[in-house]
Amino acid sequence: MPWFKKDRAIKVTSKKAKVPEGLWVKCDGCKEIIYKKEVEKNLKVCPKCNYHFRISSRERIALLSDNNTFEEMDAKLSSKDPLGFKSVTSYRDKLKESMANTGLNEAVISGKAEIDGIPVILVVMDFFFMGGSMGSVVGEKITRAAEMAVVESLPLIIVCSSGGARMQEGILSLMQMAKTSAAIGRLKDAGMPYISILSDPTFGGVTASFAMLGDIIIAEPKSLVGFAGQRVIEQTIKQQLPNDFQRAEFLLGHGMIDMIVDRKHMKETLTRLLRLLQ
Amino acid sequence: MHYYLDFEQPVAELERRIEDLRRLSDGRDINLTAEIKRLEKKAKELRTEIFSSLTPWQKTLLARHPERPYTEDYIHFLFTDFLEMHGDRRFSDDPAVVAGIGRFEDAPVVVIGHQKGRGTKERIIRNFGQPHPEGYRKALRVMKFAEHFRMPIITFIDTPGAFPGIGAEERGQGEAIATNLLEMSKLKTPIIVVVIGEGGSGGALALGVGDRVFMLEHSVYSVIAPEGCAAILWKKNDREVGPDDYAKAADALKLTAADLRKFGVIDGIIEEPLGGAHRDPKVAADAIAVIIRESLQELIKTPIPNLLDERYARLRAVGSFTERMD
Ligand SMILES: [Zn+2]
Repeated sequence: MPWFKKDRAIKVTSKKAKVPEGLWVKCDGCKEIIYKKEVEKNLKVCPKCNYHFRISSRERIALLSDNNTFEEMDAKLSSKDPLGFKSVTSYRDKLKESMANTGLNEAVISGKAEIDGIPVILVVMDFFFMGGSMGSVVGEKITRAAEMAVVESLPLIIVCSSGGARMQEGILSLMQMAKTSAAIGRLKDAGMPYISILSDPTFGGVTASFAMLGDIIIAEPKSLVGFAGQRVIEQTIKQQLPNDFQRAEFLLGHGMIDMIVDRKHMKETLTRLLRLLQ
Repeated sequence: MHYYLDFEQPVAELERRIEDLRRLSDGRDINLTAEIKRLEKKAKELRTEIFSSLTPWQKTLLARHPERPYTEDYIHFLFTDFLEMHGDRRFSDDPAVVAGIGRFEDAPVVVIGHQKGRGTKERIIRNFGQPHPEGYRKALRVMKFAEHFRMPIITFIDTPGAFPGIGAEERGQGEAIATNLLEMSKLKTPIIVVVIGEGGSGGALALGVGDRVFMLEHSVYSVIAPEGCAAILWKKNDREVGPDDYAKAADALKLTAADLRKFGVIDGIIEEPLGGAHRDPKVAADAIAVIIRESLQELIKTPIPNLLDERYARLRAVGSFTERMD
């Protein structure tokens, strides 16, 4: 079965800067220059060092769900600018730019889907939309997805990828951490399973809320996952950080996640888990 | 001798003069006494003027004022019979979080708060009020204790943020905060939260989920510190960001008590004595006592299922977005 067949229903826009333009790409893992087609054929995983390139939410959905089964929910939610936030650029402009660049409304897509015939609620964050940051819309969509999973008695799967809370929505962003965590709490009380998948990178307010609350937590190899960013830590402790610091393997070693699963085995692993949990 | 912030300098000068005159005066010189009275009046007016129009950045500095009352100061004024509890029963005891049991006007309650240190030595021991995961896990353990023995919980928020360090990451800072958020949302006992100084991001929120949330008048609560925000969003080529940029970021972040009240994130603002809580900690504590008393009276009457539904609804309602209908 083709794991990465491009689904006609799910258009992958070529504008996205996942991999630099041109025939060749530089791998962030091994720094080698690799033929782009080869990386794409390999589910955007480096054939030399197994580095998992960042992929868009649409690509992720195609990778994890059965063809044509994904039905998006809450697609019409979009961000306002509750603070009237302006720095060097305005938040409104930044939103418009992100929408134009990604073809997305916000940094998360949620919906119902089937995974090897098993119905689930599938939520996928998109790092290419303002660094996957969590503002009111992301918080609301995650919360609604968790509530829908309770109502429909379906397992919840969230693929995380985020720099953290969205500064431009100030305290309202921060409060999305409490809101999403409370919603996950209700899901747990209802007895529905929640599988959290951590992809590169997952940080800040997302790590410190729903990302780390999975009944099962899976990470893609070498993903950077943490609470505080590395630059902030270095500036604070004025020490060099260990080589594998905050990598998925480091988290596994410290007992923070259940398993590391290669992209090519992710769907199969989810299927097995879902069958065991049914 | 008080510590004065830059924007207090005009008033500081006056107060120094008053001090000098007081030293000269033996109370019998009528002219001198009258002059002291006159200057005191002037100082009060000046202070009122300065403090009625503080900028968000000035409030941030005031919230971090080295003389500002900390959790332990309020515990001293507000609770009797306080006994501190220690340790997370997992790894260690984090001095950046204080937790324990005591009485609030005869009723046993659990009290938890961030604790900054006073003076260099204690600051280091308290890690400047920045908890490690074990601080949050201690807090949660003591909150579960409160639930078990049916005691209301009162938390005091005052932290620059959760500590960014190697050990903190190794032991799951993110997981510790996340677990507190989830557990606090369904703890079967009333929770009252008071932001007394700095509400620094997730590290503050991890003690901040409750049925009633209040802020002291000059406290701040933000998703990121103005300095961090400025470093990311105001950074211009080859130029280090500075206090002007911090002030702009503080404005943009809308982090004052009045802002949070407007967003519906907090229930009320607790007035501070003129010049800030450190000018008269007892007065500040008395104002907090009024709020705790009122809140407890309401909350202990509420059946637990209703309490939890209301707590969820309150978290659920926060956010600002549009939903297109077509
Ligand atoms: Zn590579």
